Amino acid sequence: MSRATLLDSRQFLARKSFIELNARERAQALMDQGTFRELLGPFDRLESPWLPMQGVVPQADDGLIVARGRIGGKDSVILAIEGRFQGGSAGEVSGAKMTAALDLAHEDGEKGRPIQVVLLLETGGVRLQEANLGLEAIAEINSSLVALRQHVPVIGVIAGMVGCFGGMSITASLCSYLIMTREARLGLNGPEVIEEIAGIEEFDARDRQFIWGVTGGEQRHATGFADDLVEDDVEAVKKCIIEAFGLGIPSKHRSEQVDDYLKRLAAIDVSDQLECSAVRKLEWKKESL
Amino acid sequence: MNAEQTPRTRGRIWFEALAGKYAKLVPSVPSVLVADTTLQNERVRFLAVVPDPDNRFPCARQGQVGLQEGWNLAKQVREAIQADEKGEKRAIVAIVDVPSQAYGRREELLGIFLAAAAATDAYVSARLAGHPVISLLAGHAISGGYLTHGAQSNRLLAFNDPGVMIHAMAKKAAALVTRRSVEELDKLAEKVIPMSYRVEDYAKLGTLYKLIDGVNVDSPEAKHVEQVRADLLAAIADARSGQRDLSSRLQSEGARKSRSATLEVRRRLAEQWNVG
Repeated sequence: MSRATLLDSRQFLARKSFIELNARERAQALMDQGTFRELLGPFDRLESPWLPMQGVVPQADDGLIVARGRIGGKDSVILAIEGRFQGGSAGEVSGAKMTAALDLAHEDGEKGRPIQVVLLLETGGVRLQEANLGLEAIAEINSSLVALRQHVPVIGVIAGMVGCFGGMSITASLCSYLIMTREARLGLNGPEVIEEIAGIEEFDARDRQFIWGVTGGEQRHATGFADDLVEDDVEAVKKCIIEAFGLGIPSKHRSEQVDDYLKRLAAIDVSDQLECSAVRKLEWKKESL
Repeated sequence: MNAEQTPRTRGRIWFEALAGKYAKLVPSVPSVLVADTTLQNERVRFLAVVPDPDNRFPCARQGQVGLQEGWNLAKQVREAIQADEKGEKRAIVAIVDVPSQAYGRREELLGIFLAAAAATDAYVSARLAGHPVISLLAGHAISGGYLTHGAQSNRLLAFNDPGVMIHAMAKKAAALVTRRSVEELDKLAEKVIPMSYRVEDYAKLGTLYKLIDGVNVDSPEAKHVEQVRADLLAAIADARSGQRDLSSRLQSEGARKSRSATLEVRRRLAEQWNVG
């Protein structure tokens, strides 16, 4: 599935931005017309017990939308992170919503009722105000995700503009297929933190061209860390998700390709600092991806 | 690299002490120690990440978990899974003393997040295949380093010692990101348990199987090592008779108190899942 989905000029003008939508609107837009149903929505008022203790206003959905419905006519669940609430960070409640939904989808998969699972990832990683419970939440999400993807493919989408960082970048890399836009970024460490710890020579957090060069969707797709590069368009994103589901469960998930990646790592000269363009020339991509 | 240049970190101290002198060292990169041994009737593979001052990745020379470490942990765990595919599943014990993940340009360009995912995947797969996977938190267990090495075990054991620190982000970095001073962070952690850097507070979250008291962690005596071996064996036996997922962390008394929101989310989502 390694190819970029590009639009011609007519399609470009007719597109509807996916990035501009909030998490709930994104889930609504992806579900087939009239099938969207939100679970544990704002009226259930499951919010962070930890934020008010610190004078931070909580949100009634804790920034995580759980939606059931149909995508391309098939039973689906979308877990959409709201990047506009606390940077999309994983707290106790938002993390528990994700893990619980993955576990329920897993149970259904075991009973022969497969549910397609889509993760819309807009997150800086662990919510530092909930620190260890955010960290634990991500550990549990990752555990449930690996168990679930034995039964159904799990599609990750990073659309932007927050991107996907911290522990959640590990979650993204555990997905069966990962879709990104050019505006999206993927990285373990945020640029500011790398600059602070390793120095500006190592990482210049103010150099936007450099940041996107390292972490942006185009680079991630070119170097095989994302399967598909998609335009910022609702229909294009939906089409791409349906195509990915059509591929079924990968014979070997990216995170299982240990020998291949170790060989590639061994072959790279890292004695000097690496440039983005040099990494693109490496044989990162597997033909079958 | 000769032994005198190798920093004696808690990871190395406990790896050597627990594996013992009869352990079979498994060839690996210098920053990932691997040994197979037997504790009573249990075959055990011990794994530790330790500093390698000569690491070819400069940002991963002080024990940080980087590209080499993630991928090699994955390799070593997967080899154990494969070797035991048709027989008794050996226990896998992660000795955890990791200051953080590696922060660097090479790491981001070459996909450190995928290396972390590969190790995560391997530990989870071992657990799902029926291997008891145990973590001994002997020093720092921070952020992406911990998620890569330690966080996926059936049972977590930690020393009750001020040098043990489990956290989402090292203090200095956390202060930077949240725009607070280190002192403010400490004060806040007194009332917000998950923010605390103290292992006694971490234990209140209910994720630990055991908090181990009375051990000199930096220079353990023989009786301490024996005590910890007994604790590991108890944890292995408990894991063998329990679930293969992480549900035991939510069934503890601590979780009922500190993670009531998690439990409520799980209960109510299950109610709503098939309605409508």
